[in-house]
Formats: sequence, C-alpha cells, structure tokens
Amino acid sequence: MLSNLVIFVLAAFIGFEIISKVPQTLHTPLMSGTNAISGITIVGALVATGMVAAPWAKWIGFAALVVAAINVVGGFLVTDRMLQMFKPKQRPAPDATETS
Amino acid sequence: MQNAILLAYLAAAVLFILGMKRLQSPATARAGNRQAALGMLVAVVATLLIQEILSPVEMIAGCAVGATIGLLLARRVAMTSMPELVAVFNGFGGLASALVAGGEIARYLAAAPGAGAFARVAQTSAALAPLDASAAAIGALCILIGAVTFSGSFVAFGKLGGRLSGNPVSFPGMRVLTALILLGALAAGGYLIYGAGASFAAMDMQAILWGSLALGGFALALGVLLVIPIGGADMPVVVALLNAYSGLAAAATGFMLDNTALIVSGALVGASGLILTSIMCEAMNRSLLNVLLGGFGGESDGGGPAVEGAREDLTAQETSVEDVAIQLTYAEQVVIVPGYGMAVAQAQHQVRELADMLQARGVTVKYAIHPVAGRMPGHMNVLLAEADVPYDQLYEMDDINSEFAMTDVSLVIGANDVVNPAARTDKASPVYGMPILDVDRSGAVVALKRSLRPGYSGIENMLFYHENTRMLFGDAKDSLANLAAAVKNL
Repeated sequence: MLSNLVIFVLAAFIGFEIISKVPQTLHTPLMSGTNAISGITIVGALVATGMVAAPWAKWIGFAALVVAAINVVGGFLVTDRMLQMFKPKQRPAPDATETS
Repeated sequence: MQNAILLAYLAAAVLFILGMKRLQSPATARAGNRQAALGMLVAVVATLLIQEILSPVEMIAGCAVGATIGLLLARRVAMTSMPELVAVFNGFGGLASALVAGGEIARYLAAAPGAGAFARVAQTSAALAPLDASAAAIGALCILIGAVTFSGSFVAFGKLGGRLSGNPVSFPGMRVLTALILLGALAAGGYLIYGAGASFAAMDMQAILWGSLALGGFALALGVLLVIPIGGADMPVVVALLNAYSGLAAAATGFMLDNTALIVSGALVGASGLILTSIMCEAMNRSLLNVLLGGFGGESDGGGPAVEGAREDLTAQETSVEDVAIQLTYAEQVVIVPGYGMAVAQAQHQVRELADMLQARGVTVKYAIHPVAGRMPGHMNVLLAEADVPYDQLYEMDDINSEFAMTDVSLVIGANDVVNPAARTDKASPVYGMPILDVDRSGAVVALKRSLRPGYSGIENMLFYHENTRMLFGDAKDSLANLAAAVKNL
C-alpha cells in the first residue's frame, strides 16, 4: 500500500515533467492519447472478466472490458488520426512527402 | 511467472512515459502514440498470464465488441466533432474504472460465507483477503471518481455537440442540491466502508452492496450537476479536468487491485490532465474554483442585453469583401486569429485557401492561437491541421504578441473575448487580467463575425469599435470563400 503510494507520487512527478513541455499545438492529441492510456483499466477488466468465477463479478467485469476496450482502441486510433494531420511546412514537392 | 508479469508492467509503464515524451514535438508525436499503444498491448498480454483463464470466450468477446466500437468511432467521426469524441472516450474510461471496482466488490460479496450458490465457486478463485476498511475506502474512491467522470463527460459531450444547451444551466437551489448529493455520496461511501471488516465474518454484506450501489447513483448525479452549470466557453477547462479524473480513477483502481501498471499510468494521465487544466485556467485568468462554480460562460448567441448587440453610442465600421481583399493582398504580414466561430462555421479549409493565396503573393501569413480558443485544449490547432496548415505557421500567444505591432492586418475569425482589449485596460471588466492576443496593436483589424453580439462573458468588445477595426459581417465560411475569390481576381 505504502510502496504503491510512492510509485503513484513519483509517476505523477514524471507526468508533470513530461507534459509541461508539450506544446499547445498538441494539446488535443495529448488529451486523447493520455485518455487512451487511462484505458489501462482494461487490465483490471480482463482479470475481472476472465479469471473470476463469481458470476456477478464476471458480468460487471465484462461491461468494464467492453468500455475499456472502446477507450483504448478508439483513443489510440483517433489520436493517430489526428497526429497524422500535423505536418511541418511543405517541401517543394508536397506529394512526395508522405511520411508514416 | 509473477515477476515476469511485473516486469512486463514496468515495460508498459516505460513505453507510456517514452511515448508521452515524444508528444513534445509534432514531428515525433505519431511515433510516440504508437509506442504508448504498444505499451498497452504489452500490459494486456502480460495480464493474460496472471492466472488461469476461466472464461476465455467472454474475454475475447468483450475485447472484440469494445475494439470494434472504438474502431468505428475513431474512423467515422468528423474532425469537427473531435471535442465530443474525446469527451466520450474519457467517459468510457471513467466508467471502466468504476465498473472494475464494482466487479471487485461483487467478488467479495460472492466470496462471503453464506452467499449461497456463490460460496462454492469462490473457493476456486484465487485466495481472497477480506475487504478491509482501507480497501473499501479505495473502492469507494474508484466508484466515486469513475462515475463522476462518466456522467460528467457525457454531459460535456452533449454540450459540445450541441445536443444540450451550451448555456450554463442552473436552477434555484442547485448548489444546495449539489452539496446534498455530495453528502449523500460521502454517506454511501461511509456505509460501504462500515460494511468492510478484517475478516469475512466481520463483513456486513448488505452494507457493502447497498453502499456501493448508492454511491454509484449519487456519483452519477454529482457528475451531471457539476458539469451542467458550466458554460460553453469554459469547456476547455472541464474537458481537461475530466481527463485528469479519468486518470485518477485508473490510479485508484490500481491501488485497489494492487497493480503497478494502473497506478503509474493513472498518475501520468492525472498529472497531464491537471497541467492542462491549470494552463486553461491561467489562460482565462480564473481560478479552477471560479470555473467550477460555473454560471459564467454561455454561448455567444445567448440573448445578451442588447438584441442586435450594437451599442447605441458606438458605431462599428463595416467593410466589404473587396476592400478587405485589397488590404490583405498589399499587406506584408497578416496574422489570422481563429476562434470558436471558425469551428462553428467549419471554415478552416477556407482559411487555408485564403492564406495560400496570400502567401503565393508574397504576404507573410501567421496564425495566432490563444490557449482557450475553441472548446477544448488545442481545438484550433487540430482544425487547422485538418486543413493542412503547417504547424510551424501556428504561433502561441506569447510568441506572437510582440509581432502585432509589425503586422499590417489581423484577421479575427470568430474570436471574441480572447482579443478583447478590455482585458488589459478596463479594471471593471469581467475579463480584466486575462491574457489576450494584442490584435489591436496591429495596423488594421478585420473581424469576421455574424453580428455584434457580445462573447460568452456577455461583455462588449471594444475592439469592434476601435478606429482601426473593420467588421465583415456574415458566415465566416462564406466570407472567407468570397475573400479568396476576390484576392484571386485582383
């Protein structure tokens, strides 16, 4: 419990350090990207759905799994979709600069 | 095996951190997002190895259903609806945390002696320690934050998409009701903790069951009540704050499940959301509390004191498309200031077209983006990116403000309060002290607006009556298309 608290506080500091350097241009992708990361609850949902025998717990877990999967898959994909639109100034031949 | 899983979780956390670090530059951001997604995959695969899988079908079905819905939403939604979609995903994240906590609690209930049919199966699941008071408190926190995030995000979704009124909604006694519901939630949480015990025999199952259910209900109502009084223009703060909540909910779930991956990721997301929240608040010169108490920001189309918006004693000078086209074409530097009005008119492509044409004629075009322009952090940037505006033409407030003095024409497209000079000069003004874009310092200002109605704060914008300001009334999309055509013909 206490060591978890230590981890939490340290991770929060890392978060503050990294995020405060993210430029305003990327604030929306940052939000949707971190939001996809918060879908990590899918881990708990997987355990609750697949590794617990109690029926009620299983079905609540199943509901959690569905919404967490929406959050994770949708979140990362939409962030990717947004980020691929952010392009620097075009080079002379704009068509040839398709980067992946 | 257990150590391998822990190491995999550590790897996932490292991938999240590295991925987020790459979001510091638009050039590496996409790779960063993929790295974070890879981290998620690692965490999921590691989880499958924790213990024996009892119901693989449900697991696969749950993932498949959720992934399909997520995929469709992410692919289908138009860029202009991005604020709503972000709010929806956020809400699902909160709901998932609350449900996982609920599932955990259901497990304890099932494992209790005398739980009838459940007792038998409980023995087959891994040894379960009784739900003690601290575990119950963490569970209560998960349900509270998760459910508030869920219902709050969906109200935000409704407001952002125009399904609910963007005006602050309030009714007599609303704050009292909010306080009562908060008390109710605390009481329900207390009841849940009261039901916890050091041994299964000491646990009061009824208290745990009804405590959690009541807590969930109160928390859902609380989320609604916390978001409805907040006006449309304050949405960037709310969206950022809900983002932080979803992270904190995940972290709380991590404490409950004793899972490091959840704690680390939740803390990262919580920190990120809080930073965005504070950036948004600073950009409005308002405290978080002030925003949350709400009632301040309505839609600019709200009735306002003056019906047509025009002040009797002041005259705004109207201009024509042809005049503006000439002004722009012969300018050396033009700064475009987009606001929520551009998003509403979906005029970003027309903005880009006009800018392209001006650049072809040797005019320097820059975009000035205020941090709270639009309805979510970075809203304008996403829209302009969609219209293929290179991000290096987009300038943040601090970088562009010194340039206005050297700018011939500032083109204000549907922005209002973020360019109101009263924020600098008028101590009586509600926006006084808010950092603004100093467009009034440029040689000339052309404001594209539908009418002279005041902005969300309901206050007059003196910029529009400034001697150097010309108004170009009409829908921004049409005006810009006409402007581009006029520039072409010059």
